[in-house]
Amino acid sequence: MRPSRLLRTSTFRLALGYLVLFGLSVAALLGFIYWNTTGFIAQQTDETIAAEITGLAEQYRRTGLAGLRRIVRERSRDQRQSLYLFTDPDRRSIAGNLDSWPTVQAGPGGWLDFAYERPVGARVETHHARARHLLLRGGFELLVGRDVEERHALEQRIRDSLIWVVALTIGLGLVGGVVMSRSWLRRIDGINRTSRDIMAGDLGRRVPVSGSNDELDRLAQNLNAMLDEIERLMAGMRQVTDNIAHDLRSPLNRLRSRLEVTLLEPPSIESYRAALERTIEDAEDLLHTFTALLGIAQAESGAKPEDMADLDLDALARDVAELYEPVAEDKGLSLTLVCGDGLTVKGNRHLLSQALANLVDNAIKYTPGSGAVIITARDASGAVEVAVADTGPGIPEGERDRVLDRFVRLESSRRSPGSGLGLSLVAAVARLHGADLTLEDNRPGLRAVMRFPTRP
Amino acid sequence: MRVLIIEDDPEAVEYMVKGLKESGHVADHAIDGEDGFQMAQGEEYDVLVVDRMLPKLDGLSLVGRLRAEGNQTPVLFLSALGTVDDRVKGLRAGGDDYLVKPYAFSELLARIEALVRRQRPAEAQTRLRVGDLEMDLLARRVVRGGTRIELQPREFRLLEYLMKHAGQVVTRTMLLENVWEYHFDPQTNVIDVHISRLRAKIDKGFARPLLNTVRGAGYCIRETE
Repeated sequence: MRPSRLLRTSTFRLALGYLVLFGLSVAALLGFIYWNTTGFIAQQTDETIAAEITGLAEQYRRTGLAGLRRIVRERSRDQRQSLYLFTDPDRRSIAGNLDSWPTVQAGPGGWLDFAYERPVGARVETHHARARHLLLRGGFELLVGRDVEERHALEQRIRDSLIWVVALTIGLGLVGGVVMSRSWLRRIDGINRTSRDIMAGDLGRRVPVSGSNDELDRLAQNLNAMLDEIERLMAGMRQVTDNIAHDLRSPLNRLRSRLEVTLLEPPSIESYRAALERTIEDAEDLLHTFTALLGIAQAESGAKPEDMADLDLDALARDVAELYEPVAEDKGLSLTLVCGDGLTVKGNRHLLSQALANLVDNAIKYTPGSGAVIITARDASGAVEVAVADTGPGIPEGERDRVLDRFVRLESSRRSPGSGLGLSLVAAVARLHGADLTLEDNRPGLRAVMRFPTRP
Repeated sequence: MRVLIIEDDPEAVEYMVKGLKESGHVADHAIDGEDGFQMAQGEEYDVLVVDRMLPKLDGLSLVGRLRAEGNQTPVLFLSALGTVDDRVKGLRAGGDDYLVKPYAFSELLARIEALVRRQRPAEAQTRLRVGDLEMDLLARRVVRGGTRIELQPREFRLLEYLMKHAGQVVTRTMLLENVWEYHFDPQTNVIDVHISRLRAKIDKGFARPLLNTVRGAGYCIRETE
């Protein structure tokens, strides 16, 4: 995996964004703690110095020069971190542990920060100090301060840890980002590899699913479901091609053979005429099959919203029943319509009529004489239902789902008259309308039900 | 009658011209939209047969231009596009009928003749008559030879359509489209059964049948000598 690709992954960019935000938060938090702590320590130092210098001034007022000199000497001896310098008006040292008056000018309130030489063992170190200066009566001057070298060292330490913590945060974040992006990228690469394989023609491939059920897994599952559907459609298409080959080639072959044989026979107007008439009939059948296949393809390809209108399903059922009533009667069947009122569905009148006509056509075709065909249209709870029931042989339970499958036909029905694509069209139209098509046992016979969910 | 065929498939044109001549009509043809438009504007035709997909000027635009210039010659569209949507587009563009390829020649001929008949001024017909069969459109009564015949509403519409096209061949598809308003072919020949029912009502018991089957084409109601 090339680093540049890694940097371009969305995961890595996301991680980087979070890292910047988190780093800034950590820095702000630690910075706040730092300023607060050091400020507090500095303030305490100042307060101590101020209190001490006030005390010494008070001492000077009470005990005079000798008293102050004594105290300063004592304290200079005892205290290691405290600095004192008591001078005459010419700033010559009277007492104290500072050798000379600092060269810096005092700031407001008599405060001054300076560096001084301090003997530590055999060496002399330059230390920082903070002190306050007070002018006493008679021109004497007093300087009380603290060595702040330790304080500075502490501050330095806090600053260093702060920088380290921020650096560590950024480092860990970067590593985490890279690791996360790499695993993400690896899974995405898996999906891409599968897609490429599929595009190259290996339709059986599926996107790997890690089993963690995270969003990438759900994406993979959806992609796989989509691929299953596509494979099913492709299989359907193949089936269609096979069916077209069978349904159109056989009659074409028959037609051609008849013409050839007619030409071989001794020429006679009558036989030519008969052959031509049979040929026209065959062509007619071929056209019917072709139209049926096209109709299914049209329903399969989806409907445009402008073709969908509110329809009276009861009126539609009445019309179809009326169309087929004489046919049923001719065959000695009773055709009954049991129908509610005001059953509205949103749909394509043309396709729904054709679907219902196909169901009734089938029912009449497969029901033997003196049987019954019943068309029912009713308001079932939450759905509008139209059903066609007959008392014919029905469809064996195991085959029912199969006949509704796209373009699948039962071997037994292939040999019956008609294009045999009727149920396929009904199934396609039902799917187009979001309706459920089920085949049930009418005991005896078949009951085909289309259930249209009503809009809430 | 004079028919202009505008179609770019020369073989199809040849068959159509031959078929129309055999049937006693005069047929001219053009093989692209521009020529077709010129000819349709330049001469008087009884009907135009226009393919939807033509070189230079497509069928829909051609008819649109003719209508815009006030030419009201009836138009029959031919098309390989057969959805209801395509049909509606064709009729909206100014077509009078729509036939999807591949079609039977008998279907084409029947529709051409029906279009020309429709074109003739139909002076608010309230009575139709074929031989001794009479239909009163206002009273919705049918009488043959003085005997009243009871018809179901749909049978009445079926007979009305046939009588309005008396003497012409009417195909099963034309009946399905115009009487039932269905644009699909049922698997079973339901129309035949409806016709035989109607025939039983209007011809049974009469010496001369009026409702005739035209083999390989459709039906025709006419007075036979």
